[in-house]
Amino acid sequence: MRIPILRLGNVLLTSIQADIPDDLVQDLQSSLLGQLERTGAIGVVLDITSLDVIDSYMARVLSETAAMARLMGSEVVITGMNPMVAVTLIEMGRSLEQITTALTLEQGVEKLKARLNETGSSSAGDGAHDRS
Amino acid sequence: MTVLRTPPLPAVPVAVRVQDDYDVALARRLAAGLAQALGFSRTKIYRLATAVSELGTNLVMHAQGGGTLHVDHHEDGARSVITVIAEDEGPGIVDLGLALRDGYSTAGGLGGGLPGCRRLMDEFEIASEIGKGTRVVTRLWR
Repeated sequence: MRIPILRLGNVLLTSIQADIPDDLVQDLQSSLLGQLERTGAIGVVLDITSLDVIDSYMARVLSETAAMARLMGSEVVITGMNPMVAVTLIEMGRSLEQITTALTLEQGVEKLKARLNETGSSSAGDGAHDRS
Repeated sequence: MTVLRTPPLPAVPVAVRVQDDYDVALARRLAAGLAQALGFSRTKIYRLATAVSELGTNLVMHAQGGGTLHVDHHEDGARSVITVIAEDEGPGIVDLGLALRDGYSTAGGLGGGLPGCRRLMDEFEIASEIGKGTRVVTRLWR
């Protein structure tokens, strides 16, 4: 089993489903980075709408994946976090440091594009930037 | 009209032998199902599921050969209490104080598994003996 990674223009889209085994999360991390290199995508939108539990292992993998993508000059935006998951993460004293998040898939893609404008040409008026 | 149906009470007490993350997922589903059947709030169900996940992941990562997660419940007055016990015969924890500190990890984790679990649950006790194993008893009240 593999998690599909879709390409939409210069953005990669993927999602993590509930009860995903740890080794599959690791696989996803490496195939995401591989695809970033091959496609030159400006970033990845990683949707976690159906993820019920983010434990410290999952939190670590998400943070690391984002940090790795950033090192490569790309960006990961996590979208669709369930409110209960957000409550639980904060209650257990964990936040996803340095991870860009957005409410919906669509806003995630917009955030990525806004970020590209911001770092790319200076003429960019990034109205979508503070949308969430 | 939709009738909100409470799921049937899972058969407890139950002991899940935990050796890999599939076992952790099973224990997590079981505990969450029990909490739902007992009428725990959604927030509490998520807290419980996450705490079980942390305890189970600890068994997989640290206990060398895994361990067992026990899930049970009882009624205390008008309130239900779910008890989750994680038990292993692993190497034991050398410094409990350190293991309960945020950001400390010996196995390349982010750390925070145990302190996180302690914050999520209402009661948390841990006992560990070098060379014998570790036992964590946690409870969540409805």
